[in-house]
Amino acid sequence: MKAVAGSVSVAAFPPAAAAPAGIARRLRRHRSVALGGAILAAVVALACLAPVLGTVDPARIDPVVRNQRPGAQRLVRNADGAQTTRTYWMGTDSLGRDVYSRVVYGARVSLIVGVTVALVSAAVGLVIGVLAGYLRWLDGVVMRVMDGLMAIPAILLAIGLVSLSRAGLRTVILAIVIPEVPRVVRLVRAVVLSIREEPYVEAAVALGARTPALLARHVLPNTMAPLVVQATFVCASAILVEAILSFLGVGIPPETPTWGNIMAEGRALFRILPHNILFPGVFLAATVLAVNMLGDGLRDTLDPRLRRQI
Amino acid sequence: MLSYVGRRLLATIPVMAVVAVVVFSLLRLTAGDPAAIIAGDNATSQQVAEIRAKLGLERPIAQQFVIWLGNVLRGDFGESFFFKKQVSELILDRVEPTLALSVCTIVLTVATAVPLGVLAAWKRGTWIDRGVMGLSVLGFSVPVFVIGYALIYLFAISLAWLPVQGYQRLREGVGGFLEHLILPSLTLAAIYVALIARITRASVLEVINADHVRTARAKGLAEMPVLLRHVLRNAAVPIVTVIGLGVALLIGGVVVTESVYSIPGLGRLTVDAVLARDYPTVQAVILLFSMVYVLLNLLVDLTYTVLDPRIRY
Repeated sequence: MKAVAGSVSVAAFPPAAAAPAGIARRLRRHRSVALGGAILAAVVALACLAPVLGTVDPARIDPVVRNQRPGAQRLVRNADGAQTTRTYWMGTDSLGRDVYSRVVYGARVSLIVGVTVALVSAAVGLVIGVLAGYLRWLDGVVMRVMDGLMAIPAILLAIGLVSLSRAGLRTVILAIVIPEVPRVVRLVRAVVLSIREEPYVEAAVALGARTPALLARHVLPNTMAPLVVQATFVCASAILVEAILSFLGVGIPPETPTWGNIMAEGRALFRILPHNILFPGVFLAATVLAVNMLGDGLRDTLDPRLRRQI
Repeated sequence: MLSYVGRRLLATIPVMAVVAVVVFSLLRLTAGDPAAIIAGDNATSQQVAEIRAKLGLERPIAQQFVIWLGNVLRGDFGESFFFKKQVSELILDRVEPTLALSVCTIVLTVATAVPLGVLAAWKRGTWIDRGVMGLSVLGFSVPVFVIGYALIYLFAISLAWLPVQGYQRLREGVGGFLEHLILPSLTLAAIYVALIARITRASVLEVINADHVRTARAKGLAEMPVLLRHVLRNAAVPIVTVIGLGVALLIGGVVVTESVYSIPGLGRLTVDAVLARDYPTVQAVILLFSMVYVLLNLLVDLTYTVLDPRIRY
């Protein structure tokens, strides 16, 4: 009898409306969430603990130890005059900077850019999307502007925006946010448009609910699941775009250790010293992969309706 | 049908108008004097004044926009400040490599991604399916330039089968032309294959259990014709849509790939122009790429009636 009751309750509540506890359990059980989450946790730990992980100043230029191969050991003179042997686990670049330290510190920039872009574009997209979906007179204009923005390939728009002012972290973040916003707006607007036709929303309107209350009680909660999923994918793509901008030499200034900058620096000597591209490349790919896996898992768990789409 | 084409063409006008406004504002809405930015740090005030007069910066902004748009519509993007050449000439010079690379990549992608996606759906739940999907997530995550350098290292340096970098024009010989395109196309195809294989799998899964497919099998049709004629045909519309939408990824990838392989195409021109703060060229390239993207997707919309005769406009 109990089993029957259980199955009835499962059938009565669609998965999207399941209790938060259930979601947490299903998330933990999802393989790609577990793996992606573990990799991501490791990268976050790397970024937070960067100063105590045996790193040196990632910007310190040391012409004596230029272009060392990974694992090279060299005698170096410290500031106090004493000599010590240092091992360059990931080699050095053509200015003698320690690649290991730069890769570890580079995790910070990637994570900051990824998370900030995801949060900002989700927030801005949510506001514009809800307004466009709810206010009919605004919808046409806003969506034409969004269509136009989406017609410009994201990387090109980011490159164009970055070219306008001296590149820095804030410019780069803004340049990545702007092309991402229309995608979030579209998603939120689509959810809002479908929700406002639901009978329970009509019922709430008939009972005299005001627009702000309606938005807060019925519309916003329904946009959350797809928004979280979308924000995760935005985060992954932002990390990639930042690396691409740095790699092309139009992103964050070259002395800042970012994975893209390390690779850009290593381009010239790539044929003989591939490690400058290899190490940051592996870290970058693993981080983006982890975020994407997390996104896939979140989508399957939070928003089964989206499952069949890409 | 004809009225639909007309309506769709009209619908692209507001989109292109927004693109034009964004591209135009790229330069005019910056903090500071655009003429000073263009002239660079070492310019004399006379040079700045000359550029200001040339751009018509003393006119009202709306008037400036109309003049600029009129020029652009006549194919006049102005003169490149860095290359000291008409931007339109500059672009014509650079079209061939980019076009060759893109066409090569699209052919390669469709030829591998669609069969892979169908295979994954057909063998759903098996290790083949999981393998294809795993590779697809990987394709989304590994940056274009990392794939590019890995391929260069493997095939051009270690094995020395293919040239490391560079480009050879078609008129200098087909062999060398193709040889120089193989690695860049493979690099560029990775993310695109990931996207198309995923959507192919998803849309094939939608129809593979449909009644008409079971009927086709029941009447004794072999598996191959079932998949091609009854499954893929019905799954074609979303696949073709995403091939069109994926061109945006392709254009972004072209910029990076051409830099990695030192291909003198439009993507490389974009990066060079941005680094040199050559705004007329940046504007022209962004506008051109966006136009190609919008028109390609219009073309994709128009193929729906061919792919699915049930669709009528």
